[in-house]
Amino acid sequence: MIESLQNNLNALIPKMVNSGQTASNLTRLSGGASQETYAFEVQTSSSTVDLILRRSPTGIDRDTSTASVTLAQEAKLIELARNNGVPAPRVIYVCSPEDNIGDSFVMSREIGETLARKILRDNTYERTRKILARQCGDALAKIHAVAIDSLDWLQNRAGIAQLDRYEEIFRGFEVHRPILELAIRWLRDNPPKPSDTVLVHGDFRLGNLMVDENGLVAVLDWELAHLGDPREDIAWICVNSWRFGVTERRVGGFGDLNELLDTYNETSGKNFFAKEIDWFEVLGSLKWGIMCMTMYEVFRSGADPSVERAAIGRRVSETEIDIINLLEKV
Amino acid sequence: MHDQPSQKELIDAVKRFISDTAMPQLKGRAAFHARVALNVLDILSRDIANRKKNEEAELTRLQAYLECYDSGLKLDDYNKMLCKKISNGEKGLDDPELLELLWQNAVEQLKVDQPKYSGLKTALQPQK
Repeated sequence: MIESLQNNLNALIPKMVNSGQTASNLTRLSGGASQETYAFEVQTSSSTVDLILRRSPTGIDRDTSTASVTLAQEAKLIELARNNGVPAPRVIYVCSPEDNIGDSFVMSREIGETLARKILRDNTYERTRKILARQCGDALAKIHAVAIDSLDWLQNRAGIAQLDRYEEIFRGFEVHRPILELAIRWLRDNPPKPSDTVLVHGDFRLGNLMVDENGLVAVLDWELAHLGDPREDIAWICVNSWRFGVTERRVGGFGDLNELLDTYNETSGKNFFAKEIDWFEVLGSLKWGIMCMTMYEVFRSGADPSVERAAIGRRVSETEIDIINLLEKV
Repeated sequence: MHDQPSQKELIDAVKRFISDTAMPQLKGRAAFHARVALNVLDILSRDIANRKKNEEAELTRLQAYLECYDSGLKLDDYNKMLCKKISNGEKGLDDPELLELLWQNAVEQLKVDQPKYSGLKTALQPQK
């Protein structure tokens, strides 16, 4: 399969890189059944250009439950965000159907680390950990400032609409988990004040943020982007599952929420405060629990019988304990 | 039933095979799945050792809380009953007994699923 990909990719190289001839060292980096990431190089007369291909193979249905955007749409969002000052890769080429690569695009390969455990623990990133919450606040403010009038193809789901969507998925499983039930009830009884509708990244957390020793390099993985409430993004990186063991630092295991909010408010002119993030953090934990159940369902149905999909079903309980811990304090 | 090898011995043998024989020969995604498989076998060991005890304790708690002792009902039926009372607002966050019960259930579940999860440590801190 990788040979035919290589051939189809080679045919496009002259369109992507001046004086480029072929793609070399094509290597699959990661990805599940519906999403693939490849690294490759293009030799030009003067240098080597490192590129990334993001691809969703043809013939494989997208995971409709997560309502992700297509890769061509993702490329568009990355460009818009980058033009707005968000650190993000440069989109080099968006593939069309006649390129025979599937729904895909090519972007610059940024240099840095994405593994959360390394970012949170290695000495190399000590300085980064100190400034990253502020940089995240700035990046989020700039994502949320992207003009949305041309983005009517994105799903529009603010807080309560998110809750509706995930509750519907949860009900579909017909499982009886009282803690998730309590979270849904509490979220319904204590709705947040409405906010402006903005472009929401949808999965802004360690794992999707590339850093180096000087801080944030690129915001990656825009496939869950949608229109919605800006506080959803701010809270998602606070969800305890995304603190990777460093619970005492609310923002991603590395920073304080007030640092992030100070910078966010300064860049955006908004005035969000820590207390109103709680609702969205409970929603975030609930969502992650239901996402885990959805991924387990992909295993149970036989669509992806991998051990990884099976195991993730046992992560629902982490969101339950987080919900209890959160609800005891609200 | 004989138990030579026992459940534990069998699981440990498979774990050793994965970590000492299979994993060194695997790369990329397959190596990652091997690590997940080891983790799954640990969950399985804890599940085997604790399920009966945990389910009995959970049932006792639910029966006492719901004041319902019907031998025809299973654990899931009681959880379904509790879910209904929560979703219709009859029982909620203002009831410390409910929180205590949910806390117990979550802690026992997590001790099987993911005993090193940071949220479990938080839940076990005596700060309430």
